[in-house]
Amino acid sequence: MISVKNLSKVYDTGTLTVTALRGVSFKIKKGEFVAIMGPSGSGKSTLMNMLGCLDLPTTGNYRLEDLEISSLKPNQLAEVRNRRIGFVFQSFNLLPRATALENTELPLLYGRVSNSTEIAMNALERVGLKHRANHKPTELSGGEKQRVAIARALVNQPAIILADEPTGNLDSETGEDIMSLFLQLNKENVTLILVTHEEEIALKAQRIIKMKDGRIIKDHLLEATPC
Amino acid sequence: MLILDLFKMAIRSLISHKLRTFLTALGIIIGVASVISMISIGEGARQQTLSTISKFGTNIITIKPGQKKSRHVSTGKVDTLILEDATVIEKNVPLITGVAAQVYRSAQLKFGNKNTNTTVRGTGKSYAHLANFELEKGRYFNQQEINASKRVCVLGQTVVKNLFEEANPLGTNIKVDGKNFMVIGTMEPKGALSWFDPDDQIFIPVTTAQKRVFGMDHIQSIDVQAAKIEDLEIIKEDIAQLLRIRHNIPKGKENDFYVQNSSQWLNSWGDAAKTFTYLLGGIAAISLMVGGIGIMNIMLVSVTERTREIGIRKAIGAKKKEILEQFLIESVLISFLGGGVGILLGISISKMVSNIGGWDTIVSTQSILLAFGFSVGIGIFFGFYPANKAANMNPIEALRYE
Repeated sequence: MISVKNLSKVYDTGTLTVTALRGVSFKIKKGEFVAIMGPSGSGKSTLMNMLGCLDLPTTGNYRLEDLEISSLKPNQLAEVRNRRIGFVFQSFNLLPRATALENTELPLLYGRVSNSTEIAMNALERVGLKHRANHKPTELSGGEKQRVAIARALVNQPAIILADEPTGNLDSETGEDIMSLFLQLNKENVTLILVTHEEEIALKAQRIIKMKDGRIIKDHLLEATPC
Repeated sequence: MLILDLFKMAIRSLISHKLRTFLTALGIIIGVASVISMISIGEGARQQTLSTISKFGTNIITIKPGQKKSRHVSTGKVDTLILEDATVIEKNVPLITGVAAQVYRSAQLKFGNKNTNTTVRGTGKSYAHLANFELEKGRYFNQQEINASKRVCVLGQTVVKNLFEEANPLGTNIKVDGKNFMVIGTMEPKGALSWFDPDDQIFIPVTTAQKRVFGMDHIQSIDVQAAKIEDLEIIKEDIAQLLRIRHNIPKGKENDFYVQNSSQWLNSWGDAAKTFTYLLGGIAAISLMVGGIGIMNIMLVSVTERTREIGIRKAIGAKKKEILEQFLIESVLISFLGGGVGILLGISISKMVSNIGGWDTIVSTQSILLAFGFSVGIGIFFGFYPANKAANMNPIEALRYE
């Protein structure tokens, strides 16, 4: 489903060039749950941006399902993000003035999907927040906010969900809840890629990719762990 | 995203910053209100000038002796027109409804111990009608009195006030340059223009003026009234041809008279007043422009403030065009709102000016459309740069923005 070949990214700031990725290659199958780990500066955020189609690699190939991403134009990238990728951020990134339902509905509006309210409501139900649909983010707890964000990521039935430190702003108990929600979704055949530097969180995945200095230093499968 | 959803989002964002939205719109409100009220004042002044001028009749052709060289200067002989010219025109030129030959000069009037200096106009029986004078009391002189060169006169309202004050002038005798004239009528006031008071004159039969007062054989001008304004040019040509034959002017030689119509005069005054309107409107438009800059300023602040929101929207798939439209709709809505309130304010200001200041004001549909269209245009123009800035943001940097 995802195939990354020799991906590298060089940032040119004018005065100095920074190489964030140095030839990364891997494949991810449909329904996999992969954790990407590494210290800050290891290139895992850059890799996330590439996988999330927020940025294009300097060299190398990125294939998502049937699409070669590296050759797409900005508007096509926006479309890919809308249809095939769901984002979950550490700081939730919900629109503060919109209700949970409206936040969930937003990708459908940009995708011009009809029946958007109904579909968004179903997504909220899937994360167990149907009863909070008309609340604004300020009226929701951290865990609830992240659930809304997950509902928003799910709503377009994307090929992959990219989660960047999704439990980083939550207390451990709520973090656990969110992780079980991810595992639940993974069981329903949602492909998950999770970036974290917490070993404990990463261990819940089926596979861990460890990065350092823009390279993959370890890529291994884990035994199935009881949740 | 559908345009309707974009509108909903824009309205929500404007409502959530009510004060800011109002203050931004205020620039446009003041701009639009001043454009509308200034143009209404200018238009009022123009219409007032035109209607005062047109009281003299817009379908009048004037024939004068000599040659017209420039705007108000004529040269050449001044005694080429005679009374018979007027009679022949009246008989032979089609499409006209009246002809009035005229001689005029200022003269001393005396009644009892009161004196006044005024214009004495010797003319025919159609003049009052041609010049839109209404009789107030008594009557106008008739053809018999003209033929017999009777010493009768009709007084303008200013003369009545100067000589008679409250007394009834009808039937009394006044002295015009020392000669006795009987007052047979008075005219309704027409209202003075700043440079000319049409009520400050008296009217006597043209023959009387020629023979008994001024002692001249020629006449100074002939006024011809056209039945329809559209026929003015044809009538002018007919008159010119007729007079050339009567005056034995060979081909290739210049006329010894000139023909002009009052609508030309009216037009040049109308143009002057229009310039005044444009000037007022132009100054007001500058404030509209300043309002537009206010919109740009606030939208730039708003875009910076909402960098993160833009990042989120881009991450979940908003295209450049959709971000651009979202912000553009906001700025257009602000100017739309400002335009609407500005129109109401502008109309009330011009009503106030006419009620309190006593000036005529005319709020034209055109000025409303102009100001409104201009303000929405300004919303688009000044909203474009901030919206474009938002649309071109890099989603990664926008998401990282604190």
